[in-house]
Amino acid sequence: MTIEELEQVAKSVCQENEKYDFEVNVCMDLACMSQGADRLREALEKAAGASDKHVLVRRTGCMGPCSSGPLVRVDPEETLYHHVNAGHAEAIVASLGGAPVPELQCDLNDHFDRQVRVVLENAGHIDPEKIDDYIARDGYKALLTALTEMTPSGVIHRITESGLRGRGGGGYPTGLKWGTVAKAGGELKYVVCNGDEGDPGAFMDRSVMEGDPHRVIEGMAIAAYAVGASKGFIYVRAEYPVAVSRLTTALRDTRRRGLLGSGICNTPFNFDVEIRLGAGAFVCGEETALLASIEGRRGAPKPRPPYPAVSGLWGKPTLINNVETFANIAPIVRNGGKWFANMGSERSKGTKVFALTGKIANTGLVEVPMGIKLREIIEVIGGGVPDGHTFKAVQTGGPSGGCIPAEMLDLGVSYDALMAVGSIMGSGGMIVMDDTSCMVNVARFFVEFCMTESCGKCIPCRAGTAQMFTLLSRICEGSGTMEDLDLLVSLCNTIKETSLCGLGMTAPNPVLSTLKYFKNEYIEHIVHKRCPAGVCNMEAHASEVSKEVLA
Amino acid sequence: MSESMGVKTLIIDGQEVSARSGQTILEVARENDIKIPTLCHIEGLGAVGACRLCLVEVKGTSKLFPSCVANIHEGMEVLTDTERLRKHRRVILELLFAERNHICSVCVSNGHCELQALAQEQGVTHISLPYRNPALAVDASHERFTVDHNRCILCTRCVRVCAEIEGAHVWDVMGRGIDSIVITDLHDEWGASSCTRCGKCVQVCPTGALFDKSKIGSDHPKYPDFLPYLNLMREAQ
Amino acid sequence: MSKLKVATVWLDGCSGCHMSFLDMDERILELAKLIDVVYSPLVDAKDFPDEVDIALVEGAVASEDDEKKIKKVRAHSKLLIAMGDCAVAGNVPSMRNPFGPEAILERAYIENASVQQQIPCVVVPKLLKIVRPIHEFVTVDVFLPGCPPSADTFHTALTALVTGAPLDISALTRFGA
Repeated sequence: MTIEELEQVAKSVCQENEKYDFEVNVCMDLACMSQGADRLREALEKAAGASDKHVLVRRTGCMGPCSSGPLVRVDPEETLYHHVNAGHAEAIVASLGGAPVPELQCDLNDHFDRQVRVVLENAGHIDPEKIDDYIARDGYKALLTALTEMTPSGVIHRITESGLRGRGGGGYPTGLKWGTVAKAGGELKYVVCNGDEGDPGAFMDRSVMEGDPHRVIEGMAIAAYAVGASKGFIYVRAEYPVAVSRLTTALRDTRRRGLLGSGICNTPFNFDVEIRLGAGAFVCGEETALLASIEGRRGAPKPRPPYPAVSGLWGKPTLINNVETFANIAPIVRNGGKWFANMGSERSKGTKVFALTGKIANTGLVEVPMGIKLREIIEVIGGGVPDGHTFKAVQTGGPSGGCIPAEMLDLGVSYDALMAVGSIMGSGGMIVMDDTSCMVNVARFFVEFCMTESCGKCIPCRAGTAQMFTLLSRICEGSGTMEDLDLLVSLCNTIKETSLCGLGMTAPNPVLSTLKYFKNEYIEHIVHKRCPAGVCNMEAHASEVSKEVLA
Repeated sequence: MSESMGVKTLIIDGQEVSARSGQTILEVARENDIKIPTLCHIEGLGAVGACRLCLVEVKGTSKLFPSCVANIHEGMEVLTDTERLRKHRRVILELLFAERNHICSVCVSNGHCELQALAQEQGVTHISLPYRNPALAVDASHERFTVDHNRCILCTRCVRVCAEIEGAHVWDVMGRGIDSIVITDLHDEWGASSCTRCGKCVQVCPTGALFDKSKIGSDHPKYPDFLPYLNLMREAQ
Repeated sequence: MSKLKVATVWLDGCSGCHMSFLDMDERILELAKLIDVVYSPLVDAKDFPDEVDIALVEGAVASEDDEKKIKKVRAHSKLLIAMGDCAVAGNVPSMRNPFGPEAILERAYIENASVQQQIPCVVVPKLLKIVRPIHEFVTVDVFLPGCPPSADTFHTALTALVTGAPLDISALTRFGA
């Protein structure tokens, strides 16, 4: 396919769409689906068919505010309806061209106005299973431009110039990584997309893969061209069946259009992508473990160096980036590195997608420019803590991250700022907690997660997380002592400094950050045998007799 | 010129030493009689950097490096025995003792155990962490050997020697995290597995987890020194 | 100089540590110039004295009774020494931990008993669910691992503790020694 052909396709999609006076977009992401979005879509199609209006009913990827689902957006008016069910279909179709249905209208202007959508620019606007929808919104233009007008080093230069940093959590400069793989010798190189999103409460990558799969594929193809790779793998967890099926469809359509395969766009560039399913091990999000899993071995990390950029899949130089990182590539190539670098903060450029969950009014997916204050994300975009409760902390970075207390809400979100307060950016999970959350229990939850997800290879992580869990359980059950607390801190220090991979190194973060900002809660549990939030059950301590057995 | 390119000099614990490019810190330290504690590492098998006991400090960075896999470079200054490292080593050994049921007094390897010796060497006189007391199996189905999971530290030497040297790959690791155990074949009984009965795994096992049934009491020294020679002879062929 | 008051205590252990203590043989006579054994299974005192300078405790904490005893010993002793692997690490008594006390009692008093199959329920103390080393109940000042620690270990360690000389325990003994 050439650029001209691409434009032809885009044009025909537009012509096709112009036949319709109204577009009714139904969010078909998992959250809306689970609330009956598929029945809603059928009802809408039926109602549209029965009406004499020219209505296009389109299924789309995640629109964002999942807690308001199922969501429907009517274009061109951009009227957003929330909590829609199949019974509303006729009313919606009837209202087209007239006044909107009042009881379904929602005011989420604050929610949307503060967001900047780069990665999610197509979310809610295209049918993820239609390649032409993607092409109509400038899809694959970046790839073909790169292939025909740019050199591989020119592409890398543009990415470097953009200041994009890895969105998987580490924040390693993407351009630098690409440059390293490009310079590595050897005929065969690989590009791997890390879609093994595993943080509790995180679903950014799932939504991108489900809602806009071609964006990921295009990013990978551009990367492959830049580093000289001919083969790609997308590693997705098997728990994401919708993402897998959408990606499979997308790959098939891409091959049919000649956008993957050999001699893409009449150039010598060959590239194809295969999907590899993960069995859901959290540690397989760690790059060396992920590569081991793709190779068919036990998903356990290896010491680095050698880094995958030098010796990765089957010993070959391998570029491995996260879903969201790849999703940023096409817009950067299209609009230039400077365009991207103009967004965000000094050392964290562009935007970041966050999955807002927990005790917050608008749970769902948001995309904000880097540097935005946490307060803005939580109070304005997220709509604050509901039900009259007060905000206590926000947990970022999943089990590797930390809890940030209320007094730090004016912190600008960036890799370095979050690191400085004892948390991390991570892949973008944001769990909001209010006064009904016990911070010791929260720490215990994340430590338990790390314990069960540890691969078991290195001792500090395997046995250390289990010991942390035991000590935290004692504290939560009211049998903890101040000595246990000292042991816990000492253990955290050793696990952090000596573990083999990122899972272990960051596993103590939830404990250390809650100890830093909420030490009084630990003390209350230990000294006064009392859980301030009323979460922990201290009865185990009261009936100490239970540990004795009649002889 | 080209020959001297491969030679590097560095400082380990204040001692100037020379090394070939591509050597690990551990190799160079051992050549110079500088002792770095190890458990998963054994000469003659691939290094995995799993036990974390061989971590060393390198001047100029706060990161710790696993000396069994970290390569030397020109001018680096390595510290192998600082208070920070000693603390971590003690905690790691304590974690191992608390993880499973290591009862030295009734172990076949009492007096010949690398874990026991390291605990003594590193000054571990008691375990401050709570014991986990897991209920673990003992598989005595093999006619010559027994595996007692209570004493296994998951160093994976058995897995590696079986795959890399014997070429049988009977041993592997099953389960994840704290529930990991070494298994034979697809968790078949050792006696019913495809084991070649070569006994190399028993000889490289640092503790009493794998032992020879013909040995009684604690009279079970192990002789893993055959490995480097075996490799040497194979290379010579 | 008045002699230091020394007590030795026997919790859940085999008494091997006490035997090894006695194995110091004639060196005990030298030590006796510096210490008085005021309470011990080896002497005829019935109650733990109010003030003891050094208490050597053999055995793990396995029963309610052991727990009471170790707390009393701690309260009345200036220096508490965990003597041997049972006190230090649980050792053989702790081998029942993976199975629990019910299984052990069942095995000993029902399955393996030829007459009067019943689990004793009077006079004998209640067993704790988990056998634990003494430092999980009280603060321990010195750990002397070994099963048992050798007579030489006892001699060197006690001499050092009594005279205030430096003591490197790892140079003397280890787990299972």
